Amino acid sequence: MLSIRNIVKQYAGHRALSDVSLEVESGQIFGLLGPNGAGKTSLIRIVNQITAPDSGEVYFNGEKLNQSHIERIGYLPEERGLYKKMEIGEQMIYLARLKGLSRAEAQKRLKFWFEKLEMETWWKKKIEELSKGMQQKAQFVATVLHEPDLIILDEPFSGFDPVNAELIKDEILELNKKGATILFSTHRMESVEELCDAIALINKSHKILDGKVKHIRNSYRNETYFVEYEGSRIAFDGNQPFELLEETHSEDESHTIKIKLTGQNTSNDVLQYLIPKARVNMLQEVIPSMHEIFIEKVNLNSAGHE
Amino acid sequence: MNKVLLIIQREYLTRVRKKSFIIMLFVVPALIFVMGAVIKMVAENSDKLSSLQTVNVIDKSGSFANKFHDVTNVKFTYALTDLKSSKLLLKDSEGISILYIPANYMQKDSVQIFSKKKASIPLSEEIEKQMSDIAFSNNLISHHIDTALLSSIKRTNISVNAIEISDKGDKNANIGPNILIGIACAILIYLSLFIYGGQVMRGVIEEKTNRIIEVVISSVKPFQLMLGKIIGVGLVGLTQFSAWIILSVISTKIAGHAFSSPSSPMTNALAVLQTIPFGYIMGCFIFYFLSGYLFYAALFAAVGSAVDSETETQQFMFPITMPLLFTYILSVSVLFRAPDSPLAVWLSMIPFTAPVAMMVRIPFGPPDWQVAVSMCMMVIGFLFTTYVAARIYRVGVLMYGKKASYKELVKWFFYKE
Repeated sequence: MLSIRNIVKQYAGHRALSDVSLEVESGQIFGLLGPNGAGKTSLIRIVNQITAPDSGEVYFNGEKLNQSHIERIGYLPEERGLYKKMEIGEQMIYLARLKGLSRAEAQKRLKFWFEKLEMETWWKKKIEELSKGMQQKAQFVATVLHEPDLIILDEPFSGFDPVNAELIKDEILELNKKGATILFSTHRMESVEELCDAIALINKSHKILDGKVKHIRNSYRNETYFVEYEGSRIAFDGNQPFELLEETHSEDESHTIKIKLTGQNTSNDVLQYLIPKARVNMLQEVIPSMHEIFIEKVNLNSAGHE
Repeated sequence: MNKVLLIIQREYLTRVRKKSFIIMLFVVPALIFVMGAVIKMVAENSDKLSSLQTVNVIDKSGSFANKFHDVTNVKFTYALTDLKSSKLLLKDSEGISILYIPANYMQKDSVQIFSKKKASIPLSEEIEKQMSDIAFSNNLISHHIDTALLSSIKRTNISVNAIEISDKGDKNANIGPNILIGIACAILIYLSLFIYGGQVMRGVIEEKTNRIIEVVISSVKPFQLMLGKIIGVGLVGLTQFSAWIILSVISTKIAGHAFSSPSSPMTNALAVLQTIPFGYIMGCFIFYFLSGYLFYAALFAAVGSAVDSETETQQFMFPITMPLLFTYILSVSVLFRAPDSPLAVWLSMIPFTAPVAMMVRIPFGPPDWQVAVSMCMMVIGFLFTTYVAARIYRVGVLMYGKKASYKELVKWFFYKE
C-alpha cells in the first residue's frame, strides 16, 4: 500500500529523518510512534506531499507518489483548524471538492456523515460558533469525506473528550473494516495495543523498531511468569526449573512469585514442580507492553547516542 | 488548475458576501452622488445665495460722489447724508450698509462701512476695488491727464492659453483637470494597493493561525493556494471598482438630469472634462491597478506567511510600504508639476513606484514608448515578485511559533522543494 524507502529530510538546524524506511500493508492500522520531535510529523508531511524529502522515495500502491494520489489520501493534521467565519456545511463541501469530489457527491456524503455523527443541525453554523469538540468532529468528517484509501491521522485522540475519542476510534475501526488503510501517529501508548496491527518506532530521526505488534511483543518475551499459589509458603532451594525473581506474601496464605524459566524448561515444567507443593491459582506469562518496549527502546537509543 | 478556480471562487465569494462589502458598494457612490449634487447646487445658486446689498455712500471728501457703479447684488445710493441719523435707521433694516468716506480718506483705515451684520468680504473687496479705481482716475485728473481720452482707452483682459505642440497636431493643454485626474488616480491606486494587498496578507495569516493551511496544502500546492487567494481578492477589488464606476456614472447622470440648467458653470467644466481621453485613462488605471496589485499582493502574501499574527508584520511591511508612500507623497507634491521630469520618468519605470507615478503622468499624455516600457516592467516585476514570494510562502506557512528574520526568509527562498 505505502512503501517509504530511505527517506532523508534535513532542515536548517537539524535532521528530521535519517534514512527511514517503512512498509504499510493494505488494510492495516499502522501506528507511527515516537516521542515529540522525533520526526513523525515530518514523515507524515512527506507522505502528504506537503514537503518533499531530500532523498528517498515513497511508493503508493506500487506507483511513485505523485499529485494524483492526493485525492486518495485523507489527512487529519495534529494542529487542527478550519475557516472560522465560514459555514460548516459549505466549508466541508469546499474541502471535499479540493480533494476532487463533485459538489453533488460531496453534499450527499456529507448528509450521511452529519446524520451518523448527529451533526445535522450544524450545517448553517459558523465554525466559531461550535465548541472545540464539535470542531474536531467536523474536521474528522472533512478528513474522510472523500473516502480515501489511506487515512493519515496525526495524534488523532489529542483534544477529544473521552466520549468523542471513543466515537472517533469506533469510526476509525469501521473505516478500516471497509478497507481503508490507516496510518496514525501518536506518542500515547494506550491506544496502540488495541488498535494497531503494526507499528514503527521513530526516535531522533531514526527508525529504531518496526513490525507487527504481535511479533514485536513476542520478540520481547523473556520467559518470565507470574505465579499465584495458595497454601504454606514454598521454600525454593535452587532445584526448581526456574529462577526466582520476586516474592510477595500476604497473611491469608496467598503468595505471588515472579519467575524466569531456566534451561529448556517450559511453563508445564513449572506447574509440575509446583502442583504437589501447593494449589496454583494462576500462571501468567509476562509479555512486555508496547509502552514498556517503547520506553526501553527510546532510552537505549538515547543512551547510545550520547 | 481546476483547484485554483475553486480557491478563487471561495476567496471571492466569502468576501463579496460580507455585509461590509455590500454596504461599501452602495455607500461610496451614494456619497459621490450627494457630494456632486451639493457642489452643483452651490455652483448654480451661488448668485442667489447672497442677497441684494444696498450701500449708501456718505462722502465727506467730495471725490467719490456718484462715481460708484452698481454690480450684481450691490447697489449704490447717495440718499442719506448724515451719519448719525442713518446709523439709527440701520438697526431695523437688513441688506443696507453705510459707506462713510471722511475728508482725509487717504489715511489708513479711515473709510468705514456700517451695517447690521458684518459686511461680507466680497462686498468690502468690491468697494475697495471701486474706490481705488476712482481715486486713481481722480489722481490722473489732478495731474491734468485727459479723462475723456482715458475713458476711451479700454482695459484689455488677457488670459494665457497653453498649447502643446505634438506630432498629432497642437492640442489644448489646459492642465487643471489633468492634474486633478492624475492625482485622483494616484491616490486611488495607492489606497487600493494597500487595501487589497492587506486583505491578501490577512487572509494568509488567518489560514496560518487557524491551522487550516495544512489541510488545504495536503490537497493543493502552496503556490496554487497563494495564486488563488491573490486572484480572488483581486477580483473583489475589480468588482468593487467597476460597481463604483457604474453606479457613480448612473447617479451623476441622474443628478445631472435633475439639476441641469442650460448655462450653469458646471456645463463649462464638463466641456473641459470631455476633452480628456477617459477611455485611455481608465484602461491605464485598470492595468496599473491590476499589475501593481499583483506585484504587491505577492509580497504581502510572503509577509503574511512569515508571521504568526498581524502584529508581527511591522518589520517586513516597512520596505514594502516605503516606496509606495514615497511615490505617493512625491506624486501629490512634485510629480504633477513636472510630469516629464527625469525623476517622474524614472519613477514611472520602476515597478515598485510605477503604478502610482505613471498614473499621475497618464493624463498629461506621456510618450507611448515610455508607457509601453513601464507596462512591460510591471509585468516582469509581478512575475518576479510572485516567484520570490511563492518560494518564501511555501516554507513560511508551515512554520509555527518561529520568529522569522530577513536572514531566515533568504534561507527559505533557497530551500529545495
